[in-house]
Amino acid sequence: MSKIIASAAIRGAHEMVKRAEADLAKAIEAKGKDCKVEYPDTAYFLPIMLMLLGQKVQTLGDLEESMQEAKKLLGPVPADDLWFPYLGHTLDAGAATLIAEETIEVLKYVNNPSPYDGIWLGFTGDAILRLQGIKLVDGRMPGFAAIVGSTNTNEEAVELVRGLQERSILVFMAGNSNGKAIAEQLEEEKIEMNWDTFLVPYGKEITSAVHALNFAARSAMTFGGVEPGDMKAAREILEYNKERVFAFVLALGGDSSAPEDQVITDEKYATAAGAINFGFPVISDVGIPEILPTGICTYEHVVANVPIGEIINRSVEVRGLTIKIEKVPIPVSFGAGFEGERVRKEDMHVQFGGKYTDAFELVKMLPTEDIEDGKIEVVGPEVADMAEGEAYPLGVVIKVGGREFQEDFETVVERRVHEYISCANGIFHMGQRSIIWLRISKDAHAKGFQIKDFGEILVAKIHNDFSAIIDRVQVTLITDPEAVKAPLKEAKEKYSFRDDRIGGMRDEDVEEFYSCMLCQSYAPDHVCIVTPERLGLCGAYTWLDCKASHQIDEHGPNGPVLKGECIDPLKGQWKGVNDFVEMKTNGNLTKFNAYSLMEEPMTSCGCFECIAAIVPEANGVMIVDRDFPGMTPVGMKFSTLAGQVGGGLQTPGFTGVGKMYISSPKFIVGDGGIDRLVWMPSTLKEEVADRLKVQLAKQGKEDLFDKIATEQDADSPDALLEYLEKVGHPALTMEAMF
Amino acid sequence: MSDKMRRSVDPAAEEMMAKAGECDIGTAFDRHEKQGKRCGFGEQGLCCRICEMGPCRITAKNPVGICGAKASTVVARHLIRQVAAGAAAHSDHGHDIAHTLKITAKGEAEGYEIKSVERLHEVAGEWGIDTAGKSVEDIAVELSGKALDQFGQQEGEIHLPEVRAPKATVDNWRKHGLLPVGIEHDIVETLHRTHEGVDADYKNLLMHGFRTSMGDGWAGSMIATDLGDILFGEPQPVRSQANLGVMKEDHVNIVVHGHEPTLSEMVVAASRDEEILKLAAEKGAKGIIVGGICCTANEILMRQGAPVVGNFLHQELAIATGAVDLMLVDVQCIMPAVVEHAARFHTKVVTTSKKAKIRGAEHIQFDEAKALSIAKNIVKKAVENFPNRNVVSIPDHVTDLVAGFTVKNTFHHLGGKFRASFRPLNDGIITGRLRGVAAVIGCNTVKKTQDEGHLNMVKELLRNDVLVVMTGCGATACAKAGLMQPEAAKEYAGEGLQEICETVGLPPVLHLGSCVDNSRILVALCEMSREGGLGDKLSDLPIAGAAPEAMCEKAIVIGFYCVASGAFVNFSPKMRISGSEEVEKFLTEDIEEITGGKFCFEEDAVEGARRMIDHMDVKRAALKLKPMMYAQQYKPVS
Repeated sequence: MSKIIASAAIRGAHEMVKRAEADLAKAIEAKGKDCKVEYPDTAYFLPIMLMLLGQKVQTLGDLEESMQEAKKLLGPVPADDLWFPYLGHTLDAGAATLIAEETIEVLKYVNNPSPYDGIWLGFTGDAILRLQGIKLVDGRMPGFAAIVGSTNTNEEAVELVRGLQERSILVFMAGNSNGKAIAEQLEEEKIEMNWDTFLVPYGKEITSAVHALNFAARSAMTFGGVEPGDMKAAREILEYNKERVFAFVLALGGDSSAPEDQVITDEKYATAAGAINFGFPVISDVGIPEILPTGICTYEHVVANVPIGEIINRSVEVRGLTIKIEKVPIPVSFGAGFEGERVRKEDMHVQFGGKYTDAFELVKMLPTEDIEDGKIEVVGPEVADMAEGEAYPLGVVIKVGGREFQEDFETVVERRVHEYISCANGIFHMGQRSIIWLRISKDAHAKGFQIKDFGEILVAKIHNDFSAIIDRVQVTLITDPEAVKAPLKEAKEKYSFRDDRIGGMRDEDVEEFYSCMLCQSYAPDHVCIVTPERLGLCGAYTWLDCKASHQIDEHGPNGPVLKGECIDPLKGQWKGVNDFVEMKTNGNLTKFNAYSLMEEPMTSCGCFECIAAIVPEANGVMIVDRDFPGMTPVGMKFSTLAGQVGGGLQTPGFTGVGKMYISSPKFIVGDGGIDRLVWMPSTLKEEVADRLKVQLAKQGKEDLFDKIATEQDADSPDALLEYLEKVGHPALTMEAMF
Repeated sequence: MSDKMRRSVDPAAEEMMAKAGECDIGTAFDRHEKQGKRCGFGEQGLCCRICEMGPCRITAKNPVGICGAKASTVVARHLIRQVAAGAAAHSDHGHDIAHTLKITAKGEAEGYEIKSVERLHEVAGEWGIDTAGKSVEDIAVELSGKALDQFGQQEGEIHLPEVRAPKATVDNWRKHGLLPVGIEHDIVETLHRTHEGVDADYKNLLMHGFRTSMGDGWAGSMIATDLGDILFGEPQPVRSQANLGVMKEDHVNIVVHGHEPTLSEMVVAASRDEEILKLAAEKGAKGIIVGGICCTANEILMRQGAPVVGNFLHQELAIATGAVDLMLVDVQCIMPAVVEHAARFHTKVVTTSKKAKIRGAEHIQFDEAKALSIAKNIVKKAVENFPNRNVVSIPDHVTDLVAGFTVKNTFHHLGGKFRASFRPLNDGIITGRLRGVAAVIGCNTVKKTQDEGHLNMVKELLRNDVLVVMTGCGATACAKAGLMQPEAAKEYAGEGLQEICETVGLPPVLHLGSCVDNSRILVALCEMSREGGLGDKLSDLPIAGAAPEAMCEKAIVIGFYCVASGAFVNFSPKMRISGSEEVEKFLTEDIEEITGGKFCFEEDAVEGARRMIDHMDVKRAALKLKPMMYAQQYKPVS
């Protein structure tokens, strides 16, 4: 009965607030009210306080105010008889609990910059949020599960998370059941847990569950463009999560420490009430009371007694997730959750490519009559004939054809090979074209994985994802060192032919650009305009990708945008594009410049690969990528900058860009072009060096590359200016940017 | 009479009637029997008393009056005069509250303060008042000024429908000219239209009746509720008790009877005054109880948790206990008979309104400027009267209840501070846990067994998964029977409604306050519509209203503005319209084409509930909502 939950949650909230107050008092006694308090790598202060209270907590003293607000949210525990309505108080108790838990958690960071160790990860920084966010945005990740507790056996734990990984559901883990946490069970079973495997252990204490919710809170502020500050914003953020972030809580196992008539503790109920505020339902394998009517969540609020074997399917139903499970006929599990998994040398059975042998992947179009659909051929030895620990060559030739297929789409399909093969559990894949590196783990080998299974994966996935344009797929896998030579040569010729062709494609050459509205499910006011010379800001979608995607699904997220009359060739403004943008952003934007960050720049959803920002002192522009955690010369880290640019807002002087755009001939030509580029992190500079140097050579600016500063040269405006003057950077003498 | 109707289902009432009989006290029940069969012409609405050439009686032989007015004209004229009288009663109440707020803000009223500044800001916003930088007092003066202007407004339309109602409904009202110019403007016009020799078209008359009623529901009553919440505080869920047993033999018992909260609020405050409590102790009383009858009871119950002595037909019975030291009355529903009964006991009856004096009662004129002093004076009188008691016999019947629901706190109950919402309610309806929402309101009448209609109807609705909201004497009837306890859901509600009540912690029947607080129901409907998924007009909602024991003109006007707002309303006993088939057809059929609402005059309460259910099912089907989630007790034929 709901009243039991309400009573427990409200009691639990009172306790949690008391505990947070005690922790805080102790911290203040030791460090004083002015002591700084923050999570690492976030621009969102304490996200729960920012979201619910609009409060930017920076000191222990600020936290006292947060706790005052939390106390106001504590209502009475329902009376035994003649009780008053308790749902509202329960939800408020949940909010108070989250504020208390955020306080308890952040205080751990006051004494120790990395309070979590071992398998536990603690707070998730903004960089990961953005990186993983794109997966939630484009549907690769249908949602996340927050598991609290543990299963009866380790086998059940493994089976459960494998099932979630197969469905590409991100898994957060926090709390324990009778002293055992599911993450510990997985650890005992040697399951790799990190952000790459979609398995994220936050902490053993229930309070660490708040990290799943402060992740959710930030997703709304990052991708939804909801500006925190008042009650209206708090509500919008919570409702954004209800409507767009498909998360749910799995409460597994009972607690012997729970009050007599309860199966789980008051604190767990209180935390669950916090999650329900976000529209995240609770599904449990034990006999807690249920709350079936809907309203705060989309469907049921609390569903109990679900057998562990059925709990994933029931959760998917209760949360209303859309999940496509592809059955790939291979002997190991398959799913996006395995994509980031690594196979270490000691776990490896055999490997291919890398620096050891020749290996390549090639997709090529053939007339359908020349393709035998579904045929998988292995030329050379199979795994059974290979020696453990050895390296072998591997040629992957994928022949595709179909009435609607165009040669231009070859690269689109080919770029997906990495993702497809990586998704097999126990298989490692890196790189593309002729620089690939693969490993088959001992585990996968023991389960019977063979070379031909690479073919099985490719045939199944290509048919599944490209059924609109590809009718036939045939795969040849070559492991014979002699036989691989000729096809490798052919592949290399093909690669260089493509580079010339696509590298030479100009915005002027096409009549239409493509829109990308993948992120509109998350950032409703944002639309990407993808041109041949400016790829999507996430770095994941080129003009050709969008074109192919449109071909595959004409009602999908990518559609053609007729350029129409050119209004400004330098800044990159066209009437057709303006009209389109105005319509698709519900009138939010009326103008759009493809090649300028100073005037009507493109908006961002929040999943940008890099941010380009004006450095006024240098009369130039810097670029920082999301992997760079350090300070930039504009005095803001990536995470802070990102907070200003996301959510579909046009912010002159700032724009999101994909890495490839840096070496585009159209790189901010409206603002003066590549000569404006004054600073990049060294890692990014290194990554784009090859392409950028070629582009600079074409413009006769070979010497510019070395004049671009990195964090090793400068991390403040003054130091940067000094450096630029020293090297004679052209930006200093260009026309003033504004 | 051989087949005597049972007088009441309330055991406390039955006990006291027996006692009254022993003491030879005649109550309304006795006088009802003495009156015998009512005049047939009057009852059918066919007696025209408008001009001095009459009265005319319309019969088959004489189908027109002296002026040529047909049955339909005569029936419609008299009916809308009743509508106007009801509207006048509620609106005068609203006017007094607005006036009190104004002089309170100006510092000219004694004892009052603005209790809800938050609500003041919200309402001021709806009236387009720029509150930035203004003091609470200035805002209140401006708001009460704007509210007062609505009463005498002579141009345009009343303000709140456009602000609160769904656009499609407002458009429809405008299309059919259903929005009154001003509250009093259209009451006056009713009197003009129904004057000798003016409007003879029954449809035109009835449409004006609907227009006039809108000035009550969407203006006079709504202002009374909104400004009352600002001045006296917004109700919050509160525990209290109902029935004659709330009076205590060892306490001073003051019964406040009537409708307005202005004086009764002060009486409650005075009863808690240290000095007066000391005086009470000196007189041998353990304390002072202020309990209410009729809507005054509901006003002080909602905001102060004061106990409810009873509903309309309890007023004489309360005096018969011999335990009432003082009965203080203001306006509406006060039987002059109380004075006569009081004379047989030690009970003092004090009238307080210049609008409502009774010969034989002591009159102490109420004045907001000296409100607290007057209230103290009256309470002192009660205390001093305590030692004069003779035989006291208080029936041992008292029932716990939870009251204090408003639209605003319902938002919090359903979603807390951050997710405050009507969504769970709408979802409940959309998914078929709830069939709909019914408002059961109104009075007691001696023509029906006291409370029986309310209870039978409400129970039938509950078991068919209809959430019930109540006001007025109907609410007291259900409170006395225990239906306003959260525990009642398990006993009376269908499975779907039970689940909703259990999730939220609600009783299955929600007490929304006094009869002016029916305006809360209108606002609740607007919020349901705004929340979405239930159509774009109020008339699309699967809702219905009923007054199963209607007695007064206020009940008629409430029925009218609910139908004008698009609701199905079962009204019983039937109004005085059976003399004209045309009028009856217009009210029960034709009006639906215009407003989406209509009247039904089913006499049997259970059958009435079923007609309401049928109507909700029609609306559910039109909205293509899911079938009901759980098996239903009543299965409509269609």
